[in-house]
Amino acid sequence: MVSAVFHSPLDTGLSAAASPAAARPHAPPATPAADTPTRPPRDWRGLWLRVLPPLAGFGLLVLLWELVALSSSTGFPSPRETWTQAVEVFGDPFYSNGPNDQGVGWNVLSSLQRVALGFGLAALVGIPAGFAIGRFEFLARMFNPLISLLRPVSPLAWLPIGLLVFKGANPAAIWTIFICSIWPMVINTAVGVQRVPSDYMNVARVLDLSEWKILTRILFPAVLPYMLTGVRLAVGTAWLVIVAAEMLTGGVGIGFWVWDEWNNLNVANIIIAIFVIGIVGLVLEWALVRLATAFTFEEVRS
Amino acid sequence: MNEAKYIDIQNVEQAFKTPKGSFVALRNVGLTVAKGEFVTLIGHSGCGKSTLLNLIAGLTTPTEGVLLCADREIRGPGPERAVVFQNHSLLPWLTCFENVYLAVERVFGAAEGKARLRERTDAALAMVGLSHAAARRPGEISGGMKQRVGIARALSMEPKVLLMDEPFGALDALTRAKLQDELLAIVAKTRSTVVMVTHDVDEAVLLSDRIVMLTNGPAATIGEVLAVEIPRPRNRVELAEDPAYVHARKAVIDFLYTRQAHVEKAAA
Repeated sequence: MVSAVFHSPLDTGLSAAASPAAARPHAPPATPAADTPTRPPRDWRGLWLRVLPPLAGFGLLVLLWELVALSSSTGFPSPRETWTQAVEVFGDPFYSNGPNDQGVGWNVLSSLQRVALGFGLAALVGIPAGFAIGRFEFLARMFNPLISLLRPVSPLAWLPIGLLVFKGANPAAIWTIFICSIWPMVINTAVGVQRVPSDYMNVARVLDLSEWKILTRILFPAVLPYMLTGVRLAVGTAWLVIVAAEMLTGGVGIGFWVWDEWNNLNVANIIIAIFVIGIVGLVLEWALVRLATAFTFEEVRS
Repeated sequence: MNEAKYIDIQNVEQAFKTPKGSFVALRNVGLTVAKGEFVTLIGHSGCGKSTLLNLIAGLTTPTEGVLLCADREIRGPGPERAVVFQNHSLLPWLTCFENVYLAVERVFGAAEGKARLRERTDAALAMVGLSHAAARRPGEISGGMKQRVGIARALSMEPKVLLMDEPFGALDALTRAKLQDELLAIVAKTRSTVVMVTHDVDEAVLLSDRIVMLTNGPAATIGEVLAVEIPRPRNRVELAEDPAYVHARKAVIDFLYTRQAHVEKAAA
């Protein structure tokens, strides 16, 4: 489970970077080809290849779903029922009837807020820590065993510690996000610093630059692509973990919403939540991939 | 100050630790370079030319012996010994101007205002004929231009010694010739002390006051030092038939391909 948590965001990130169109199955797939008409006869085959496979994939999903719903005796909702329910849910995403009954919009926003807080704190601590560990071998030798020990721990195992120390569900959830999203940022930043081409460091030595100049003019720009990879991994992990954490802590949030609807036996809403979680995760990932490509210097790799 | 022994290399040995034990790259290397002199180090690949240059730069410390520059021991790298790296080593996220400015700011920032620092940077870029490319990043200019920015960066620091590690090695023949001519003109103007590593015989003869020929490694040492008695300014076209040029060229080729070639065969 842990390895899935750590690696799957990277894999999806890579494929998303390779083909942004493929990573957005919800965008109308015909538009990219239609917007850029090629002068030679229109490439129907290429268009077909772009449109057909994703549609077929979704068709297969809906078909399987329909089959499960038909054969189920426990009230598993069919795609059509879920759709009607979704129209209703999204008709008023921001209603609020007390702390335990709020619109899906509020739930998503509360979850995003927790992720932003926990992840922001992790970035604040993790990135400088990564720079320090990458720059000074003593620190690397000091912290590497600790990181190796703590990194594989399932994030939820940290939740009781958070509850104990912070004496509240919300800070505990934020603490869990913090602890699970800090490792990818520390590790990637440290690796980035260690892989700064020795040529650049020789330039720094010949010019006898101050540690501050080395940091701002050489290390930071050179490490930025690595750092952003860490950030991307961290956000992906954080979004995976928040749902589970909120199921345990309660309050307002998409994870709690799933659990609440389970207690109400409202399975259609759970399925809607799954789609919402997926789409939000996709958007987060996509935004960070865009950010990363904007800040990557091609020459850094050569 | 002893101007005849501006750089003084005394009995230097450089060994590297490898998994198979110690590997001696250089042994018993002694050399002096006078102030304002242009010296090239030439030898076959892997003979330790660059190792010797890195020692002068202070990027590495010798396992034995001492290196002095201006009567002071070289203990580490510093801006008074500027290095032009083989692969230009410009920072890709800075423009050409900013790359040079970084060096200028480090050396003169404490004593001079920003306007003066910018003037110095502009002047350095103008010297290598790249004023028009100041705002571009290294990824947007050609290999020859990058190398010129590298030279501008080194010269902008007004170093006591200019160290060049095969600065033109990665360039095509025409660009290389053009940059050699530019370097000749610049050095004539600035009267810099230069130590340059090369494996190009013509380049060595054209540019140098003295050519230091290294024997083949391991445990390479200085095999022969040839003084190039050709008056400056030198012109590559006229030199082609100059007897002194032909003689110097033949002497170096003789060393590299007749005497050192046998060692290479024996080693192989």
